[in-house]
Amino acid sequence: MDALLFWILAAVAVVASLLVVGQRNPMYSVLLLIVSFCALSGLYVLLGAPFVAAIQIIIYAGAIMVLFLFVVMLLNVPTEDPPTGYHARLFGGAGPRRFGAVLALVFVVELAWALREMAGTTIGRGAPSSVYDIGVRLFRDYGFAFEATSLLILVAMVGAIVLARKEPS
Amino acid sequence: MLPEPTFNSYLMLSAVLFSIGTAGVFLRRNIITLLLSVEVMLNAVNLTFVAADRYYHSVDGQIVVFFVMAVAAAEAAVGLAIVIALFRHRETLSPDAFTTLKW
Repeated sequence: MDALLFWILAAVAVVASLLVVGQRNPMYSVLLLIVSFCALSGLYVLLGAPFVAAIQIIIYAGAIMVLFLFVVMLLNVPTEDPPTGYHARLFGGAGPRRFGAVLALVFVVELAWALREMAGTTIGRGAPSSVYDIGVRLFRDYGFAFEATSLLILVAMVGAIVLARKEPS
Repeated sequence: MLPEPTFNSYLMLSAVLFSIGTAGVFLRRNIITLLLSVEVMLNAVNLTFVAADRYYHSVDGQIVVFFVMAVAAAEAAVGLAIVIALFRHRETLSPDAFTTLKW
């Protein structure tokens, strides 16, 4: 049962992510990314991390993606221009483009090779991690990082307002 | 029938998702899709953290995931504000149009 669920959720996550990248309309990209996040959330439940799964849905799918949707709707530029000239060729033309394709390929080959070396390690089974444990660890051992995060979010908030503000002319 | 998922399966899945995100950053020509590809990459890393957590029987990885999510939220807010500011100046979302800093 767990195995079947893993493969289904993994397939959904990969296909949705591929479509996010392959989509020309950013609106569909955002909605497909939410599908991908939901599949990942299911994988977190399988890994015994229900709290992370809930946070994934609430914060990522609920808050961050709504922010993206707002901007896509606000700017009202539905589709990307069709590829022209060197953009149309995947492995030729512009340096960054070729570099990116090669880099992605190298990543996959290298990681597959590294993972083959340590094949067969089964993932642990047991009770899901409790929210209590996470809370104690977060506020006791990671207290400073937690407070630093709040400062980061404050700075991001001020920065977003300053950047998006209309210049008074 | 289907093989039982191992630690490697999760790492493989995470690697595939990260590669998709990387390819997206380099292949797309729309700043919003670029930011979405970065989100795909961040999620791939989150999956690695949670899987490693399960493997080593700890909760530290899940706490790192919270910090990653906070940073992703900050990144999305500032990034989208920059996108809006850029769109006001150029009326396009193609990254090739923003070359003022290039010389």
